[in-house]
Amino acid sequence: MNPTRRGPADAALLLLVSAVVALFALPLVGLALRAPWGELAARLQSETVREALWLSAWCATAATACSLVLGLPVAVWLAAGAGPVRSAVRVLVTLPMVLPPVVGGIALLVAFGRNGIVGAWLLQWFGIALPFTSAGVVLAATWVAMPFFVLTAEAGLRSFDRRFADAASTLGAGRWRTFRTVTLPLVLPSLRAGLVVAWARALGEFGATITFAGNLAGHTRTMPLAVYVALESEPEAAIVLSLLLVALSAALLFALRDRWWPAR
Amino acid sequence: MTLNAKLVLRRGALDLDVEFEVGAGETLALVGPNGAGKSTCLHAIAGLVPLSAGQVRLAGDVFDEPSRGVRVPAEARGAGVVFQEHRLFPHLTALDNTAYGLRCRGAARSAARASARAWLERFGLGAVAEALPRALSGGQAQRVALARALAAGPRLLLLDEPLAAVDATARLELRRELRAHMASFAGPRILVAHDALDAFAFADRIAVLEHGRIVQSGTVAEICSRPRSRYVADLVGTNLLRGVVEGGVLRLPGGGALVVAGSASGDVVATVHPRAIALFRQRPDGSPRNVWSAPITFVEAAGDRMRVQLGGAVPLVAEVTPAAVAELGLARGGDVWVAIKATEIALDPI
Repeated sequence: MNPTRRGPADAALLLLVSAVVALFALPLVGLALRAPWGELAARLQSETVREALWLSAWCATAATACSLVLGLPVAVWLAAGAGPVRSAVRVLVTLPMVLPPVVGGIALLVAFGRNGIVGAWLLQWFGIALPFTSAGVVLAATWVAMPFFVLTAEAGLRSFDRRFADAASTLGAGRWRTFRTVTLPLVLPSLRAGLVVAWARALGEFGATITFAGNLAGHTRTMPLAVYVALESEPEAAIVLSLLLVALSAALLFALRDRWWPAR
Repeated sequence: MTLNAKLVLRRGALDLDVEFEVGAGETLALVGPNGAGKSTCLHAIAGLVPLSAGQVRLAGDVFDEPSRGVRVPAEARGAGVVFQEHRLFPHLTALDNTAYGLRCRGAARSAARASARAWLERFGLGAVAEALPRALSGGQAQRVALARALAAGPRLLLLDEPLAAVDATARLELRRELRAHMASFAGPRILVAHDALDAFAFADRIAVLEHGRIVQSGTVAEICSRPRSRYVADLVGTNLLRGVVEGGVLRLPGGGALVVAGSASGDVVATVHPRAIALFRQRPDGSPRNVWSAPITFVEAAGDRMRVQLGGAVPLVAEVTPAAVAELGLARGGDVWVAIKATEIALDPI
């Protein structure tokens, strides 16, 4: 094909791409157009926004930390071999990625709710109730975010060159030292990317959170919930919060650009 | 401190079953075609590949004995391994790579680094101590790899084609250096050799592997004089002589001497192609600088040519036509005049 001549197929492709670009760009443009730019600073400093932002930030961070602590061993185990058991566990761990989050919320309620199969026991023996608490928000966010970390970390660990671990063992390094001093540093880029994606997913979590943890201002009303609430009463506040979430997400993508769009 | 190894295992298409022994301060070269199992032997001894049967023993310590369920993990064997592709940790500097083994053995960071720096300086690598592996040349990386293996204080040294990944110009110098460093290591050493020259330059003994079996083993001289398989014959198809050049004369350990051309001096491996050796019944008179009389010890057919093995102070194999053998009556044995031009003797410093 002559690259300098554009056929009708090229024109059609270009048209289609433009339409899709519009589909993604128009909502953002709309947000920017409707935003109350004049009172943006004041709105961002309002009690509601600061509360929701702070809650979202620390809950997402806590969920990411939980994903790291709980997910890394799972990723290591998944990457260490193959077989039906591992496949089954991988499906189970991946499920929250494809389930509607509201279903996840209901499932969490059934398991960890006050009358749930584990929740009732937690309440009776330890006096711990997760629903309608910030801990519940963290649990819901971890549940939806951890799969992203586990899958990314597993892929990174699988691509790790075992020969470096072999070299370390001939130098006298046991399994734990090899993991700590050779494997971890070499898969760090994957882990970092997994953590960022998990954090972004946790930050945006809505369905599971509102179902399991409810919508209590200051305790479980995270940014997405605050957007939802604001939409009913003061749409302009919803737009400000939405813009904030867009900015945060864009910043995350920017931070990850080297991984997903490596310079050629 | 002797290493005794009987290695039996299957890995993919490889069916390995070999047995050998390497004494302290001795170098065994494993040679053979690709896929013969040379590298697998090293990995099995290092503990990176499990045996299905056999035994690996260093002095009194059993490393591997599947029949008794004994398997010492790689990290507890003290085997210094230099891999074909150096395998330096890409996220650590040359210095930290070299210090790695010492840190594993419990040395404090500063002590490990000081010792590693001394090792690197001994290898002429002081200037690149802070460089990451990707900034090193192939030769430098392989030197760091050897320094890293030796710094860990190994009990035996295993080198897997250490010169294979190095370009030809760097190879000459690296070969000489490796040889010196290996000589200073007191334990058993095993080298998987890339080519015959490496094997002959480094090894006291050679074991030839084909299809997972040792088809021939012995000293360099033994292998050269009686190649027992086609691969070995091709491998030693040329005459390789280790000796010392001084003032244009190559002196051999057996007392023989050859006039050579060129400016080389010191330890060398001399290569003389069998076709470059001429045989006469009467003393010839001509340009060749090297003419002497030697006893014929053996005559055999090799394809359409005859290989004539010569004894005496300069052990060589000459290749001549069957007609020449008949005409000169070489098959009868006895003494024959040998002539080699000095320019036909190639010298590789080691």
